[in-house]
Amino acid sequence: MTARRIIAVLLENEAGALSRIIGLFAQRNYNIESLTVAPTEDPTLSRLTLTTAGDDRTMEQITKQLNKLIEGVKVVDLTDGDHLERELMMVKVRAEGLRRAEVKRTADIFRGQIIDVATDAYTVQLTGPSDKLDAFLRAVGSQAVIEVARSGVAGIGRGDKVLSLG
Amino acid sequence: MAEMLSGADMLVRALQDEGVDYLFGYPGGAALHIYDAIFKQQKVEHILVRHEQAATHMADGYARATGRPGVVLVTSGPGATNAITGIATAHMDSTPIIVISGQVQRHQIGTDAFQETDMVGISRPVVKHSFLVQEAAEIPEVVRKAFYIASSGRPGPVVIDIPKDTTDPNETFPYEYPREVELRSYNPTTRGHGGQIRKAVKLLLGAKRPVIYTGGGVVQGDAAAHLTELARLLDFPVTNTLMGLGGFPGTDRQFLGMLGMHGTFEANMAMHHADTIFAVGARFDDRVTNDPAKFCPDARIIHLDVDPASISKIIAADVPIVGPADSVLAEMLRVVRRELDRDPAAVDRHTLGAWWDCIGGWRERHGLDHDQRHRGDTPLLPQQVVQAVYRATNGDAYVTSDVGQHQMFAAQYYKFDEPRRWINSGGLGTMGFGLPAAMGVQFAFPRAPVVCITGEGSFMMNMQELSTCMQYALPIKIVNLNNQALGMVKQWQDMQYGGRHSHSTYRDALPDFVALAESFGHVGLRVESLAELEAAIPKMFSARYADRLVFLDAWIDPDEHVYPMAVKGGAMSEMVLERDGARVDGAAAPVK
Repeated sequence: MTARRIIAVLLENEAGALSRIIGLFAQRNYNIESLTVAPTEDPTLSRLTLTTAGDDRTMEQITKQLNKLIEGVKVVDLTDGDHLERELMMVKVRAEGLRRAEVKRTADIFRGQIIDVATDAYTVQLTGPSDKLDAFLRAVGSQAVIEVARSGVAGIGRGDKVLSLG
Repeated sequence: MAEMLSGADMLVRALQDEGVDYLFGYPGGAALHIYDAIFKQQKVEHILVRHEQAATHMADGYARATGRPGVVLVTSGPGATNAITGIATAHMDSTPIIVISGQVQRHQIGTDAFQETDMVGISRPVVKHSFLVQEAAEIPEVVRKAFYIASSGRPGPVVIDIPKDTTDPNETFPYEYPREVELRSYNPTTRGHGGQIRKAVKLLLGAKRPVIYTGGGVVQGDAAAHLTELARLLDFPVTNTLMGLGGFPGTDRQFLGMLGMHGTFEANMAMHHADTIFAVGARFDDRVTNDPAKFCPDARIIHLDVDPASISKIIAADVPIVGPADSVLAEMLRVVRRELDRDPAAVDRHTLGAWWDCIGGWRERHGLDHDQRHRGDTPLLPQQVVQAVYRATNGDAYVTSDVGQHQMFAAQYYKFDEPRRWINSGGLGTMGFGLPAAMGVQFAFPRAPVVCITGEGSFMMNMQELSTCMQYALPIKIVNLNNQALGMVKQWQDMQYGGRHSHSTYRDALPDFVALAESFGHVGLRVESLAELEAAIPKMFSARYADRLVFLDAWIDPDEHVYPMAVKGGAMSEMVLERDGARVDGAAAPVK
C-alpha cells in the first residue's frame, strides 16, 4: 500500500552531506516529492524534511538507508505519529478587471495574503498543509495561475515529541 | 611539543600510525607532494602498479585475506576515475579499503582544471563514506575516521580526496594522531539483542528441516569458528554463498556446498524444503534466491546481519537480529548449550535424522559430476584443472578468481576449509580482479601459496600487472582456463539465444600466453590434455618454481557449460543439472 510520507532528518551540516541524501534516493530509485533543508538552532546540524511515497517495505528501506549514511544523525518518519506539516507558497495570479476582486476574495478565504500587486496580477502568499495549497490553486483555476513558487513541506511532531540529538 | 609536519608528511605519518605496511598506488601531478613524503620514509612500502584499477583490487585482496584495510594512493582525474571499478567492487563485497586520491588545489576546484574530476561526487554511490580534505590540519583526524569507518560495522571503502595545496611541503602543522574518533552519527551495533537471540534459538531448536545459510559476513566478521561450533552442536546442514565459502569447512559432512544459481542440487533443494532458515551475514542476493516470490515457501527466516538495511530488504525476516556475526553467534552458543544442558533432547535428533536422509537423497544427484562423465584425455575439462590444483595445494591455498565460468568451477570444485582463502568479486562481478587481488594476498603473505584461477577474457583485463609481479618478484601461480571465449556469456547465448555467439569469441586473436608470461620474466606452461595437466601441475607447484610466477595456460573444452544451473525466474527447487538436460523441478520431492 503506497502512502505519502514525511521524513525528517537531522544531518551533519557539512559540505556534500545533502548530495548523499539526494544521491541515495536517485541511486535506489526512491521518489522525492519535495525536499527542504536549512540549518537548525545548532549550527553543526541541518534539518531536512522530505516527502516521498512508498509501501511499508520501501519506507523501511528508505529510513534504514538514511540511517546508514554516516552524516545522517537522526531520522524519523513523522507520518508514523501525530505531526504538523506546513508549506509556504507564493503564487502569481492573473487579476484583471472583474477577476481582481474574486482573486482577493479567494485569497481571503484561504487566509492568504497579497504580498505584491501589479496592474494585471496579484502575488498571493499562503501557508498550510500541501493539500490546502493545492486546493487554492484549483480554486483560482489553472488559467489564472501565472507562476508558482512552493517551499516544500516542513514538518514537526505534535506534543512533546522532539527530534533532537538526545 | 608536537612535531611540525606538512600535510603530505602528516598523511604518511598517519598511515604509519595506523600500522599500514603496503600502499598500492600510481603517482601523478596532484599526488606528488605525497609521493615525496613517501620517498623520505621506510615504514610504509609503496607498490607501484601499472593501472589504478589494479591498485584497488590489490588493496582489496590484501584486505580480504588479512581483515585489515588495504590502502590505495592515486592522483586526481584519470587516476581517480580508474580507481572507481575497484572501489565499487569493494563496496559490493563490503571490504575495507582506503582510497587516497590527489585533487587539484582548492582554489582550482570547480574550474575544470587539468586532471580535475569530482572524485567525491563520482565515487559517492559506491563508497561507505568519503572525505574532501578542506584544511591541511584536519588530515590526521580524517585518516583516523576513514580507517575507523572502513573497518567497523559493515566494512566498506572510504575515499579521502586531498587537494594538492593541503599537502604543500612548505606549510607545517603540529602533528598529533588522534587515539579515538567520535562520530555522533555513526554507532555500529556491537551486540545483538538478547530477546531476539533467545527467540532465534527457540525457533532453531524447534526446527524440523533447518538450514544454516551463510555469506560473506561470516568470513569478514571473523565468525567462522563460532558458526562451525554452533552448526556442529546442532547437527544442522550448512550452505555457503559464493562470498561465504570457507565460512564453514568445505570438506565437512554437514556442508551442502554452495547454493544459488550454480549451487549444488542438495543445497538448493534443502533451502527450498526447509522449515527454518538461519541466514548469517548473507543478503538474499538474486543469484541465491532466484525469484523472491517463489523463495522457500515453508521457511521461517532468522536473519542475522550487522547491517540493519540488509535485513528484510529482499526476503522478510521472522526473527531479525542486528549485530556482528561473531558476538551474536557466541551468545547463541551459550543459550543453546544452556538449553541442551537442561534438556539433552532439546534438539530432536530423530526428526533431524529424517531430514539428513532426505538431503542424502538429493546429494546423490548433486550435479557436480562432469569429470566422471568425461573420461578421455581430451578435451581437457575445466573442472579437472581445478581439482588438480586443489590436490596439488592440499586444499590450503589462497585462491583468487575473476568472473565467469572459471569462477564458478573454482567455487564448486575447490573445497575451502578456512575463511579468507577464497577471494573473488561476488557482488559486482568484476573481470580483471583475480590477478591484482592475488598480488595483494601475496604481499600480505609472502610465503603462502597463492593461486589465481582465471579465464583468458578476465586475465586480459589486467594483464599489465605481470610487469608489477616481475618488479616485486611475486611467486603467484596463475591458472588460465582458456576456452578462447567469454565462456559464461557464450553459455547464456547457447541456452537463451539459440546459440548465436554475439561478440563472445576471439579465437584467432589470442596471444601466446606462454610467450607473454616469459616476456615478463615469468614461467609459462601450456597444457591441452589430461596427461599434460597431470605432468604440469606438480611442476608448477614444485620447489623449483617456489619463487617464480608460473602461468599455466590450460586449453580446455571450449563448449563446456557450468552446471547445475538454476532455471531463470524459478524457485530454488528448479534446476538444470547437466548439458541439454531436462529441467528438474524438485518442489514435490519427498520430504520424510
